[in-house]
Amino acid sequence: MFVRPAHRPRLIVAGRGACGSTARGSVELREARPLSFAAVPVLRSNVDHHSERYTSNRDGMLALIADHDEQVALAVAGGGERYVERHRARGKLLARERIELLVDPDSPFLEFSPLAAYGSEFNVGAAIITGIGIVSGVECVIIAHDPTVRGGSMNPYTLKKNLRAFDIARENRLPVINLVESGGADLPTQADLFIPAGNIFRNLTQLSGLGIPTIALVFGNSTAGGAYVPGMSDHTVMVADRAKVFLGGPPLVKMATGEDADDESLGGAAMHSRTSGLSDYYAVDERDCIRIGRDIVANLNWRKLGRGPSTAPDRPLYDADELLGIASVDLRIPFDPRDVIARVADGSRFEEYKEQYGTSLVTGWASIHGYPIGILANARGVLFLEEAEKASEFIMLANQTDTPLLFLQNTTGYMVGADYEQSGMIKDGAKMVNAVANSTVPHITVYIGASYGAGNYGMCGRAYDPRFLFMWPNSRVAVMGPEQLAGVMSIVARQSAASAGRPFDEEADEARRRGIEEQIERESHPFVMTGKLYDDGIIDPRDTRTVLGIALSAIHSNTFEGRRGWGVFRM
Amino acid sequence: MKKLLVANRGEIARRVFRTAKMMGISTVAVYSDPDAEAPHVVDADEAVNLPGAAPTDTYLDIDAVLAAAHLTGADAIHPGYGFLSENEAFASACAEAGIVFVGPSPEAIAAMGSKIEAKRLMADAGVPVLPGVTLGADATADELAAALEVTGVPALVKAAFGGGGRGMRIVHHGSALAEEVTAARREAGAAFGDDTVFLERFVEHPRHVEVQVFGDSHGNVAHLFERECSIQRRYQKVIEEAPSPAVDDGLRAELCTAAVAAARAIDYVGAGTVEFVLADDGRFFFLEVNTRLQVEHPVTEMVTGVDLVEAQLRVARGEPLPVDLVAATLDGHAIEARLYAEDVAADYAPATGRIERLSFGWDDDVRVDSGYESGSMVSTYYDAMLAKVISHAATRDVAIDRLAGALVRADVHGPTTNRDLLVNVLRHDDFRAGRTDTGFLARHDCTTPLASLAVRRVHAVAAAIARQCEHRAGQTLPSGWRNVPTAYQRAEFTDVLVEYRFGRDGLDVLVDGDEIAARLASAELLSSGDDGGQVQVGLVVDDVRRLVQVHRVGAVSYVDDATCSSTLVDAERFPLPDDFADPGSLLAPMPGSVVRILGTVGDIVEAGDTIIVVEAMKMEHRIDCPTAGTIAAILVDVGEQVDTGTLLASVDDHDHDDDQDQSASPAPADREIETSGS
Repeated sequence: MFVRPAHRPRLIVAGRGACGSTARGSVELREARPLSFAAVPVLRSNVDHHSERYTSNRDGMLALIADHDEQVALAVAGGGERYVERHRARGKLLARERIELLVDPDSPFLEFSPLAAYGSEFNVGAAIITGIGIVSGVECVIIAHDPTVRGGSMNPYTLKKNLRAFDIARENRLPVINLVESGGADLPTQADLFIPAGNIFRNLTQLSGLGIPTIALVFGNSTAGGAYVPGMSDHTVMVADRAKVFLGGPPLVKMATGEDADDESLGGAAMHSRTSGLSDYYAVDERDCIRIGRDIVANLNWRKLGRGPSTAPDRPLYDADELLGIASVDLRIPFDPRDVIARVADGSRFEEYKEQYGTSLVTGWASIHGYPIGILANARGVLFLEEAEKASEFIMLANQTDTPLLFLQNTTGYMVGADYEQSGMIKDGAKMVNAVANSTVPHITVYIGASYGAGNYGMCGRAYDPRFLFMWPNSRVAVMGPEQLAGVMSIVARQSAASAGRPFDEEADEARRRGIEEQIERESHPFVMTGKLYDDGIIDPRDTRTVLGIALSAIHSNTFEGRRGWGVFRM
Repeated sequence: MKKLLVANRGEIARRVFRTAKMMGISTVAVYSDPDAEAPHVVDADEAVNLPGAAPTDTYLDIDAVLAAAHLTGADAIHPGYGFLSENEAFASACAEAGIVFVGPSPEAIAAMGSKIEAKRLMADAGVPVLPGVTLGADATADELAAALEVTGVPALVKAAFGGGGRGMRIVHHGSALAEEVTAARREAGAAFGDDTVFLERFVEHPRHVEVQVFGDSHGNVAHLFERECSIQRRYQKVIEEAPSPAVDDGLRAELCTAAVAAARAIDYVGAGTVEFVLADDGRFFFLEVNTRLQVEHPVTEMVTGVDLVEAQLRVARGEPLPVDLVAATLDGHAIEARLYAEDVAADYAPATGRIERLSFGWDDDVRVDSGYESGSMVSTYYDAMLAKVISHAATRDVAIDRLAGALVRADVHGPTTNRDLLVNVLRHDDFRAGRTDTGFLARHDCTTPLASLAVRRVHAVAAAIARQCEHRAGQTLPSGWRNVPTAYQRAEFTDVLVEYRFGRDGLDVLVDGDEIAARLASAELLSSGDDGGQVQVGLVVDDVRRLVQVHRVGAVSYVDDATCSSTLVDAERFPLPDDFADPGSLLAPMPGSVVRILGTVGDIVEAGDTIIVVEAMKMEHRIDCPTAGTIAAILVDVGEQVDTGTLLASVDDHDHDDDQDQSASPAPADREIETSGS
């Protein structure tokens, strides 16, 4: 068994002085001065910038970030230069420009899943932009169609991203603002789209039913199914001479009834503002529409239900830039998550729970941007029985105190082997999964390295519905590591051959192994995962604290209560 | 003298109260309605409202002022300068009411009130005067020619009564004389109600030099040396100093002797100023006597150490001239700059509005006399002099530097001021060399703003950062953070656009699309509240770090650094649709249909005329003309459906020269159409 050494193992033991909290001479613009919290331990986490591991991690991570930036640039480019130019030539703003105008000046905006649809036949980004932004002082979920991509039409990835944004709005009780300009369903994909797309209507009205305001700002086409977005929203604004909101356009109407009707009489802003009453506000242009949208939010009389930051939100003592050198790009090499926590938590303060028990998992209390949080972080990949028990207890404690939880995943799964099976690894693993699944405090998960096996579940993977889930670019997600998976396959094949009395072709096996390894490597790549919307986006490790801060603030728009009544049973 | 009423406002009222208090005299202020909250009201022990706003209804109303004195039991009235200070009737009324008038006798005021009379008196007393001839209303051409013989050319035609430069004309050739005299007469008649003019020698490149004199009721007359006030704009002094750089000891003795002689000639009691014009060659000529305390009296106080108001009050009480006044000597050099709320670039048009902040650096040797404070309103009713800033030093050079420094570092937030002009004058080589005459500002362009375009851009960056600090106050998440960065944050001011982003390597910033190599060293929100936010921004530009102070009030950023200031106004992020409309636009107030059109293109219309009638919901809505002018376009037809905000018609403003004629006697419409089409 692992016994915690007296000297806490450090990824890299410092030869140099502590690095200040201000990065690269940048400015102390935003955060209060560190307060003295003598009672709470402060992590010491000095790293050697010149060690080979640091520099190679850093180079590797920067390369991964560059790859990511490249894909993000594709998403930002939307439908490409030609369509962007055409859109502008019509005097229209791009979707991101609309968002920039909509949100409060200088406020942060967190975009979700910018690489949605990566690896699919569709444009990276899935022709839709979703995120959390602050409008007239209110945190909102903003959903904007990108009309430069096939007219903003919806494909199965668009739908998935849209529905995920609704989930975020519902769970966190955030008003929804739809910036509508969509040609409706991408018809060739209707088979995969039509049935689940009904959820858009349903979700919108359910949000309204929950008292979560829904606002539709209609900039252009909003036809057929899309017409129901303004139709199902609490508040609707339409742009003069641009908005087209109808169930069927002129050709369809002609086909259906033989009636000759033009766009304006079927669904123009003026018609809907004066005749049908579908539009509540008539905007003279896009800017006016956004102004009205901001005014609507300002008049929502909105109040967050959760409490605000309750502890000192001072910066960590260590530079987030060092996360680039700390996180392993080679996932076979574990790294101490305390070095991560020291660059994410307020004032680098961390009150570690059961520090000397189950040391392959680090648990403890911290705060991020003033919001208290319990953190579970894998230290050496494997989860043993003690780690599983420790995690279960910690999760229950967080529920007792209504404290949100942060899972920092770098796990290779639960321990295997006769000793562990006989000791009840499955039982203990089940306890942890049970605790995670039934916990009712908000969870946030960040994949900071490996996410293999049932560890993904126990550490609150996507199937466990964390409120938010982000990935670092170095992370990998699969049932197990590529090498292991290929090896297992090889052993199974060898056994199968032996039992059938067939000769085992070593050469073919080697080729197959390599093929499987490559396949798993490819499939477990974070771009693929994020492309399938198994997370809310890949983030730059340096932004982790900011992203968590935005997520925690959003979470506190709603009330939450930890699960009670299961008592704290010691294990 | 137990209780002193000051029949004035602003800085001079406060100035008098200060000394009165030191002398144990109670103080009474009077104030007009717009001055109800003015600092001078608060400074006094008691205050009485003079209902109304216009000077004639308030500070110039003799009965009202005397009533205030009776109401409060004031036994003396100090008139300050301007208003009733040189009003013979007022001085007489005070005497009749048994109230001490702090100033000379009504007779002395009367004697000096007429320039022609004053000049005759002075000539008789042996004071050098400019050769001149009074021109009666019926002067013949021969008389005019003879007059020009006496004065020589160039000569000046000016009103016999009144001042301020109105009615003054310069004649360079005899041929133009008749015409100029006629014109001067007309102006003088219109301005002062008396069209008597006189012709006198005109001194080229004249300096304005004046001597402070003081008489008491015991027959003593003393002088307190000279002041030079040559830096003037539109005959209004802006920079004054003592002593004059053009006066040496010998000339000083001559000037002062002449001034004392002038005062004696009229048995002068109290503070007075004998003004001279000083020529290049050192010759000087009597101009006039000001029978009051001058605006620029502080420079004399600073170089002599004498409190002139105290001396005025003592003399008014019948005491002899104070010993320190009689024995005064010159100590160093003092310069005063008058800070006006005015738009220098717009031909010194007065500026008005709320003073958001008025504060001057703390310096013992810089004196600030001001009638305004942070929060005061500068109204259109009165003089817009915000403050007199006066420096005192051992030498003129040091005094100049000190004054320029004090002006540059002052926080003057609110209406536009002449501050930059003052600093430009003080720093001008000719001024520093003492080459000053009344044509200085006409000759030298001192209107260049202190903040160069490049500096203004840096100031715009600072204002953008400050605005950002305000937006992010109390927030801990990074400013303008994006995980998918696309656009920069925009701080759009009315005349400059700043785009910026806090990247991982610091601030990226563009000004009007040009990259600015500015690094942000610090940004600290010092305070915020209803009266605006104060942000200190440290910017590193070209490797030099500078602190810039930004005071934000609503949409306005007042930016100050050690060398200059800028004012930037936020552009409206979401202008309301109506704002796009021209003033002459007629917009539909609601959706409806046009039922009547009551005009055609080219019609002359008055504001309020109905042009179009729109029916909506069974009600007829008249669309009236917002402004007088000509109908330029009618864009709808009867029966047409219109939307809210639809432009129905437009009207061109009249700005023709014959505007008055048109309103006086409407001409046939067809002629008007041609006029408007031309």
